[in-house]
Amino acid sequence: MAGKRIDQPRRKRRQVATRRDALRSAGAIAAGVAFPTLWLRRAAATPADMRAAIAKVVGDAKLNVGRVKLEIPPLVENGNTVPCTVSVDSPMTPEAYVKAIHVFNEKNPQPNVISARLSPRAGRASIATRIRLTDTQTVVAIAEMSDGSFWSDSISVIITLGACLENLI
Amino acid sequence: MASALINVPAKAKRGEIIAIKTLISHHMETGFRHTETGVPIPRDIVTRFVATYNGEEIFSAQFYPAIAANPFITFSTVATESGTFEFQWSGDNGFAATEQAKIIVE
Amino acid sequence: MGALHRDLPPRQGRTFVQIAAIVVVALLRSTLPVLTGDIPVDKRRSTYEQMSADTKAMQDEDTANPGMLWVLDGDVAWRTRTGAAGRSCADCHGEASSTMKGVAARYPAFDANRGAPVNIEERINICRTEHQRAPVLAFESKELLALSVYVARQSRGMPIESSDDRLTPFISAGRYIFERRQGQLNLACVHCHSDNWGQKLAGIPIPQGHPTGYPLYRLEWQTLGSLQRRLRNCLIGMRAEIYPYGAPEYVALETFLMWRARGMPMESPAVRP
Repeated sequence: MAGKRIDQPRRKRRQVATRRDALRSAGAIAAGVAFPTLWLRRAAATPADMRAAIAKVVGDAKLNVGRVKLEIPPLVENGNTVPCTVSVDSPMTPEAYVKAIHVFNEKNPQPNVISARLSPRAGRASIATRIRLTDTQTVVAIAEMSDGSFWSDSISVIITLGACLENLI
Repeated sequence: MASALINVPAKAKRGEIIAIKTLISHHMETGFRHTETGVPIPRDIVTRFVATYNGEEIFSAQFYPAIAANPFITFSTVATESGTFEFQWSGDNGFAATEQAKIIVE
Repeated sequence: MGALHRDLPPRQGRTFVQIAAIVVVALLRSTLPVLTGDIPVDKRRSTYEQMSADTKAMQDEDTANPGMLWVLDGDVAWRTRTGAAGRSCADCHGEASSTMKGVAARYPAFDANRGAPVNIEERINICRTEHQRAPVLAFESKELLALSVYVARQSRGMPIESSDDRLTPFISAGRYIFERRQGQLNLACVHCHSDNWGQKLAGIPIPQGHPTGYPLYRLEWQTLGSLQRRLRNCLIGMRAEIYPYGAPEYVALETFLMWRARGMPMESPAVRP
């Protein structure tokens, strides 16, 4: 392991670190210039991204809270496969039915999870699937009704991680 | 073609609401992972699922990378007549799979 | 993900583990005692019981259990003719639902030609090379997993059997590995899985670690995997050195773990977090 020579005066060791740091940041800047997209890509989304994704679906309409029930176990054994059920209180008749169900999250790299299209033929507005959640976060489910209104539910989920993982990274 | 597991009741009464469960084999590579040396692994997911009942679409969904591997989805429909359900999955890199299930409605 | 599979030639001669096993057996009584560190037979629990209701539901329903996707593939592979001999598994073994019933429940099994136990994956590869004259399937490959889970599925519900006396030295060798401290944490398997099962580690209850459901769909892997893959995960988690796939240490450990779980029902393909 280089750089750990005790006989070297402190001053010199600090200089070595500074030089290395300078090289490192120069390399990073060069990489950024050569591949600008790497700078723009974020590792994780933010609640603002989720709000933007929801706004794309809801538009200017009011987002009501209620009529939707989002079920995710509050404590999840593994974020790779999380059971997720969305049910909406609706008669599902041709006059009043759920047109679509959308699910969003706030900390995955991308805010969308699933968008499902239903019709009165569904009989019951309920879907269940398995999703991935990268971290403890809030999940939002939005139902788009046939009368143009939007209803939602949100839930906070705690993600735990297994003890003996396969990858050291 | 990818393996799939379908759960559709073999028989139903007319007007009964039935639950349909589908599970397809697919690794759903998110596109956000990297190899140990830092090379990004490209996205490879199922993006669309469509279910038809005697040719008419009864349900469809758009999947995003947040859907877990081996996508599983449960939805419901009203049993109106005997016939065939067809389930179609499509996704990145030209992925396409189709499965069918029959139902007798009395 | 690194080199997960390696094709190894059949084991020849005595390994260090086998010598150690003989020494250990000589020190112990000739029968297999249940030592004081072991979990009492009636207190043994499958990891299934510690899972959440949703994960249990995933395992219980065949059409919701992702492991069944590989069973479907295994059914096709069972009937596919392959190799220079142009034979399928079905040509010799007929319908797996009757001929393979109970087989996985007593594996690893003693192979007289090799003088040592072989696990199901090795047994399949022996059949492929010797009877089908086909190349070996790589460990953790889709094809080998499909066949091994297909065979294991036929033993679902049946009690694990470990009554072959010829396995005694290998069970003792496996016990030696299970109980010795190793790795940077200087930890032995027994410390968590026999002494502290049921308590929490990083928020997760520690299981007793019985191999009742292998090959299984692990949510962490998002795919099906073998018992060897899981044992490698354990060693990585303990910061201990991992053996290559197919190492006799794994087979000795598997043989011991199956003895430790004797009488417990098979659950393959299981689902685990």
